[in-house]
Amino acid sequence: MAQININGQTFPAKADQTVLDVCEQNGIEIPTLCHIKELMPSGACRMCVVEVEGAQNLVPSCSYPATDGMVIKTHSDRALQARKTIIELLQTNHPDDCLYCVRSGSCDLQELSQDYGVRQRRFANNSPEQHLDVSSPALERDPAKCILCGKCVRVCEEVMGVSAIDFAGRGSNATVSTPFNVGLNVSSCISCGQCISVCPTGALRESSSLKPVTNALKDPEKTVVVQHAPAVSVSLAEEFGLKPGLDVNGLLVAALRRLGFKYVFDTSFSADLTIMEEASELVHRVQNNGALPMFTSCSPGWIKYMEQSHPDMLDHLSSCKSPQQMMGALIKNVFAESYSLNPKDIYSVSVMPCTAKKFEAQRPEMGDGTGPDIDSVLTTRELARLIRAHGIAFDKLKPEVADTPFGERSGAGKIFGSSGGVIEAALRTAHYLITGTELNDPNLKMLRGSEGIREAVVDVQGLPVGVAVVSGVKHAEQLIQEVRDGRKDLHFIEVMTCPGGCINGGGQPLHHDPVRVKARAAALYKIDEGAPVRVSHANPEIQELYAEYLGEPLGEKSHHLLHTHYSARETQF
Amino acid sequence: MEHLIIPDLDPILKRYPDPNREHLIPLLQDVQEEQGYLSKESIGVISRHLEVSPAKIYGVATFYNQFRFSPLGRYHIMVCRGTACHVKGSANVLAAICSGLKIQPGETTRDGLFSLEVVACIGACGLAPLISVNGEYHAGVTPAKIKRILNSYRKREEIHANG
Amino acid sequence: MVDHFDPAQHESADTFYPEVIHPKVAHLMPESYQTQNSFFADNPSDIDATVPTILIGAGTCGLSAGAPDTRQAVENYFADSDLKPRLIDVGCIGLCSEEPIMEVQLSGKNRLIFGKVTAKKAATILKSLEAGEVNSKHCLGQHRKSGESAWDDVPFIDEHPFFRPQTRLVLEHCGVIDPDDIDEYLKRDGYQALAKALHTVTPAELCKEVELSGLRGRGGGGFLSGKKWTFALNTPADHKYMICNADEGDPGAFMDRAVIEGDPHRLIEGLILASYGIGAETAYIYIRAEYPLAIERLKTALAQATEYGLLGDDILGSGFNLHIKIKKGAGAFVCGEETALIHSIEGKRGMPRPRPPFPAVSGLHASPSVINNVETLANIPYIVREGASAFNKYGTDTSKGTKVFALSGKISRTGLVEIAMGTPLREIIEDIGGGIPNGKQYKAVQIGGPSGGCIPTQHLDIKVDYETLKTVGAMMGSGGLVVMDEDTCMVDVATFFMDFIQRESCGKCIPCREGTRTMLGILKDITRGRKSEDGVDALDRFKGIMYMDRLAQVIKDTSLCGLGQSAPNPVLSTLRWFRDEYEAHVFDRKCPAGVCPELVTYSILDDKCNGCHACATQCPSDAILGTKKNVHHIIPENCIACGACIAVCTKQAVIKE
Repeated sequence: MAQININGQTFPAKADQTVLDVCEQNGIEIPTLCHIKELMPSGACRMCVVEVEGAQNLVPSCSYPATDGMVIKTHSDRALQARKTIIELLQTNHPDDCLYCVRSGSCDLQELSQDYGVRQRRFANNSPEQHLDVSSPALERDPAKCILCGKCVRVCEEVMGVSAIDFAGRGSNATVSTPFNVGLNVSSCISCGQCISVCPTGALRESSSLKPVTNALKDPEKTVVVQHAPAVSVSLAEEFGLKPGLDVNGLLVAALRRLGFKYVFDTSFSADLTIMEEASELVHRVQNNGALPMFTSCSPGWIKYMEQSHPDMLDHLSSCKSPQQMMGALIKNVFAESYSLNPKDIYSVSVMPCTAKKFEAQRPEMGDGTGPDIDSVLTTRELARLIRAHGIAFDKLKPEVADTPFGERSGAGKIFGSSGGVIEAALRTAHYLITGTELNDPNLKMLRGSEGIREAVVDVQGLPVGVAVVSGVKHAEQLIQEVRDGRKDLHFIEVMTCPGGCINGGGQPLHHDPVRVKARAAALYKIDEGAPVRVSHANPEIQELYAEYLGEPLGEKSHHLLHTHYSARETQF
Repeated sequence: MEHLIIPDLDPILKRYPDPNREHLIPLLQDVQEEQGYLSKESIGVISRHLEVSPAKIYGVATFYNQFRFSPLGRYHIMVCRGTACHVKGSANVLAAICSGLKIQPGETTRDGLFSLEVVACIGACGLAPLISVNGEYHAGVTPAKIKRILNSYRKREEIHANG
Repeated sequence: MVDHFDPAQHESADTFYPEVIHPKVAHLMPESYQTQNSFFADNPSDIDATVPTILIGAGTCGLSAGAPDTRQAVENYFADSDLKPRLIDVGCIGLCSEEPIMEVQLSGKNRLIFGKVTAKKAATILKSLEAGEVNSKHCLGQHRKSGESAWDDVPFIDEHPFFRPQTRLVLEHCGVIDPDDIDEYLKRDGYQALAKALHTVTPAELCKEVELSGLRGRGGGGFLSGKKWTFALNTPADHKYMICNADEGDPGAFMDRAVIEGDPHRLIEGLILASYGIGAETAYIYIRAEYPLAIERLKTALAQATEYGLLGDDILGSGFNLHIKIKKGAGAFVCGEETALIHSIEGKRGMPRPRPPFPAVSGLHASPSVINNVETLANIPYIVREGASAFNKYGTDTSKGTKVFALSGKISRTGLVEIAMGTPLREIIEDIGGGIPNGKQYKAVQIGGPSGGCIPTQHLDIKVDYETLKTVGAMMGSGGLVVMDEDTCMVDVATFFMDFIQRESCGKCIPCREGTRTMLGILKDITRGRKSEDGVDALDRFKGIMYMDRLAQVIKDTSLCGLGQSAPNPVLSTLRWFRDEYEAHVFDRKCPAGVCPELVTYSILDDKCNGCHACATQCPSDAILGTKKNVHHIIPENCIACGACIAVCTKQAVIKE
C-alpha cells in the first residue's frame, strides 16, 4: 500500500484513491465547489488545490491520484492564498444579497468566504446582467448567482439522463443554460430538482409557495387542509439538526397544526388507495390483455419524461393518479361533501419531498374544472422554513396524530417513499386480489436496495409475475428499449425519477450524501415492520372509503376521481 | 409557441447514418453551410437523429466560434483580429466597420446586406490587417479603405438589384 | 461536404488495395525497396520543362494578395500566343510580403522567381522574358540547379537575405512543388522514409529513433516526441489513435497552414510514420475550418496516397493498416490543449479535463492517443530517412533541429522562416526580416502567441531555443513572431491578448474564466480616460492595479490547463520590460505610443487646415465637420481615434495628443 505524507504525517493510500480521498479519510478537510462523490472529478473549481512537492503548480486534490512517496501540504500559505483569491474572483460578480437569499446559511460560497476571511469585494464587478428564469412551476434559475461549478449539468446528464441544461457559450461568457436559453417550462426539464440538491449557491431553487400558503392560512374564509408525503417524516428532522433517518411523524403533525392547518392528512393513506387501484389495474391488464408491462405513475418527473420522450408508450403507464393527487381529489370531493364544505373554500396544501409535485399539481387534468385539486405544494425545505418563521421549537413539540378520515395508513403506504416500495406494496395487495391470501412474507427484500435496476419474478399461485424496480429515471431507458425490442417477461415496473426514490427527492433537506439516503430508507422499512397493518387492502379507513363512497377499485367513482390520462408533450426542447 | 417548420435535413443526415456523437460537429457544420445558420428547428432535428439532447447540442454549438444562430447578411465580413493584424491597426479597422455599418460583431445590418464577424486569425499575417468579404480577401486595409470597400459592395448590390 | 475521407466509400474502392502494385510506388515495396529502382529514375527533373512552366504562389497569403488576378492576367497574356505554357498553383515559398509570387521555368534554364507580380505587372514581366530579359525590379532570384543552365546576372535565391540564413527542412518543398501532385513529392524521395520504416524498423525502434533525434513538440509544450510515442506504444489497448493537431489557433501564426498548403504529403507521411510508431490504425487530422484551401489540398493528397496504396490496408505490402480522417475544427483556441481537442473530436465542448490520466494512456474514446502538431510530424520523414544523427546535428544541446516561425507585424519582409534552433533573434529580425520599415525603432517582438512573452531590444541577441527563451519570460510556443515598433503600445498589446484569452478560455475553471476577465477589466481601467470615471471607479482602478500581480500568480498556479496557466504571461512580460509605459498610463493617463483611444485626442489646427476636405472623406465614422475651403473640426464624441485623418492630411493640420 502506498504511503503519502500530508502536512508532515504519513498516511496509507489505496491504489485508486485520490489525494482528496486520503485527506477526507484522515480528517483533513479540503474545500470543494464542484466535486460530486460518485461522479468523475471535473477539476473545474480549483478550490481543492494543494501543494505537492516537486510539482510546478498547485494540483487539484480531487483528481490527482495518491501515489507512493508524495509529500503534500494542504494548507500552506500558497494554497490558502490561492483558494482565497478564487473565492474573491467568484465574488467579483456574485450578487451580494446574501441577506435575502434563500440559501443564506446553506450556501457553500458564503461559508467559504467566512472560512477564508474574505471581508471585501476585491475586484470590481464586470459581469453582464443576467435574468431570472421563473417560467417553471417547480424551479427557479438565477444565473446571476451561478458560479458555473457544473454540478447541476453533470447531475442532469450523468445521474438523471435528462440533459435539459448544459454549459453554453465560452470563456467569460459561459453560462449554464437551456437550449437557446428558453424557459425551463418549455425545456425538457422534468422538474426533479436534483440540480437544486447539488447547487452550492442560490442559483437553483424551488419556486416558493410559502407566500400563497401563508396567505391562505391567514384567510378566515378558507379551510386550510394539508397532507404530508411518506418520505417527509423521515427527513424533516435533518432540517432541525436531528439525526438523519429519525421518524418525526408525530412532531410533524403537531407542527402543521400549530401553523394553522385545520386538518392534517397523511399521503401514505392515499398511497394505500393508489395500491388498491394500481394492483387492481395490473390484475385487470393481465387478465384482459392490456398493455404490459405496466409502469407506475406516482412520480411526476417520470410521467413528463415519458410524455416527451416516449409518447407512443403512454398506454403502458398506469392510469392511477399519484397519491398526492388522489388525496387532492378526495379532499375537494369526499371530504368537502362529508364536512359540507364548498370545495372553493378549501385550500389544499401538500408537503412533498419533491419539486416535480409542484409541476404535477398545476397540470390541467388535476382538477375538476373549478380549480386545482392541490392549491399549493411545499417541499420539505419550505416546510422547515415555515416552521422556523413561526417560532415553533420543533424538537420541543409533543407528537400528535393525523386527522380522520384520511389519516390512517398501512406500512405498505409508508414505504412508498423508498425506491422499490411501491412495487412491494402493490405485490402484497395484488397477491391478495388474485389468490385471496396474503403473502407468506410481506418483506420482498429482493426489491430493496440502491441499484439502478432491480428485477425479480414473484410467484403468484403458479403465475410468474415479472417485476422490475427502476431507481433513477436514467435507468428506465434501458428497460424501455428492451420492451421495445420485444421483451415479454416483465409485467410491472416501478419507476422513481430520483435515485433512491422520494427519500432522495429534489425537495428534501440539502445534502449530497448517500449515507443519509440510506438512513431515510432504513427508517421507512422499520416503520413498515412495526406497523400493525402492513397491507393496503387491510387499512380500515381504505375499506371504509370503498364501502361508503367509492364502491370498488376501478369502479366509476374511482375512474372519475382517482384516474387520469396522459398526452404526448411537444417540448420546444 | 411559434409555428415549427421542420427543415428538410435528410440529405445531410444521410451522410451520417449512425447516431454517433462524433458526427455532431461535422453535422452542425454541414447544416450551417446549407442553411447559413443553426435554427432551433435544425437543432431539434439533429437532436433526434443523433439521440443527443438539444441542450448538449446548443452547448457544443455555442462553444465554437464558427456557429451562428441567426441568418447572415448577403455580404459577410470577417475581420481578422490576430496579433499581427492588431499590431497593424485592425482594432481601428473594426471600429471603422462598426461605425460604418452601425452594427457590432455578430450582428447583421437591418437591410440584411452586411453581417460582421470577428475571427481569431485568418492565417495571412504577412498581409495584415486583413478582412474577408464573402471569402474575398482584402489585404492591408485601413480605416480609410473601409469606406471604399463597403461602398463597392453596396454598388455591386445595386447593380445586382437593377439587372 | 463530407469530412471523413473514407476510402471504402470511394467509387473506385476496389482499386485501392490493389493486387497489382501501383507502378509509381513499386520502388517502395519490400522486394524492391533496397534496389531504389524508381519509376522516376529516368525522369529526375522536377517538372517537365519541355514547355515553359509558370508557377503561381497560391497559398492563402498569395490568394489574399491577388494571385487569382495574376493568374488570369497570365492566361490572358498567352491567350493569343502560340506559346502554351503550363500553369501550376503551388504553395507558399514563405516570403509573404512579396506576394503575389510567380515563378517561371523556361526550357533548359533555371527557374526564376518574381515578386509582387500584380495582374498589371505580369504581362510586363513575361514580355521582357520573351525577349530574353529578366525584369530585375521584380526578380527575386533564380533557383539553383533547377535547369541545365543558370541565368547571368540573376542572383541565386538561396543568397537572398531572406533565405540565406534559413535552414529549410520542413519547408523544403513549400512553394517549389505542386502540392496537388503526389508524383512530385515521390520524385523528391517522398515516402522513402515510410518504406524504410515499414520494411526495416519495428515500431519500438522507430520511437527510439525519434527520441534519439531529440525532436520536441513544435506546438508549444516542447515534450520529447519519441517519448510520448513510447508511452502510447507501451500502453496495451485494442485501439490506439494518432491525432495531428492542425488547429493552429495562435493568432499571428500560420506555419501549419503553409506546410499543408505547400507540401501536404510531407505531413501525411509523418502521420503514417507516427501511427506506425505507436500502433494506431486510425489517425485524425484536426484542422481549422478557417483554412479551406489547406483542407482541400489535404483531401486531394489523401486521395492520391490512398490510390497509390500508401494509405489504407496493407500499406506497401507491410501488413500495416491506416485510415486517416479529417476533422474540421469549429474555432476554439483552447482546442490546442490535448484533452480539449480530444473532446472536440468526440463531438463535445472542447473543455480540458484534469490530467492524469494523460492522453497517451487514456485519450480519444478512452484509448491511448498521441497528439502531435503539423510541424512536429512534418519533421518525421526527414528524421527517419536521414537518421536521428542527421537531424540532431542542427540546433543546440537541448533543442534539436529547426523551427519554423511566422514573421509578421512591423517588419520589412514578412513570411515563413525556418531557422536552425539556436539562431540569434537579431538575425531573424534584422537579416531575414530586413528590420523595421519606415525608419521606425524596434520595440519588441511577441513570441509564443497569447501564452508567450515579448522580447525587448536589450535581449535581441538571445538564441532562439526552448530553454533560452524562458530565461527572458517568453516561450517558443507554436511559432508566431510579431514584431512591434515604437508606434505599438505595450499596454494595448497586453490588453489585446487578455481580451483574446478571456474570450477563448473554455470557461470551465474559475481562475482562468474569472481571473482573465478580471485581469482584462484591470487593464481596461488602466487605459481608460479620466472623462469617463467617477470616484468609485478611480478607487477600483487602483485596487485592481495593486492586486494584479497576485491575481496573475494565482491564475498561473491553479488553472486547469496550459491556456490558463500561461494566460498572465503577456501581462507579466510587458510589465517586466515596459513598466514605464504602464506607469505613464496609470499615473499620467498618457499613452506614449498614442494608441489607446481613450487617452488620445485628435483635433484639427484652425490655422493649418486648408479645407481640402480629404480628412472628412476618409473619416469612417463621420466625425469630421466642415465644408470645402473652410476649416474642419473633429466631433470628439464620434471620433473612434482610428487615425485615418492624420494619415491623409498633407498640411499637418491634424494633431494627436
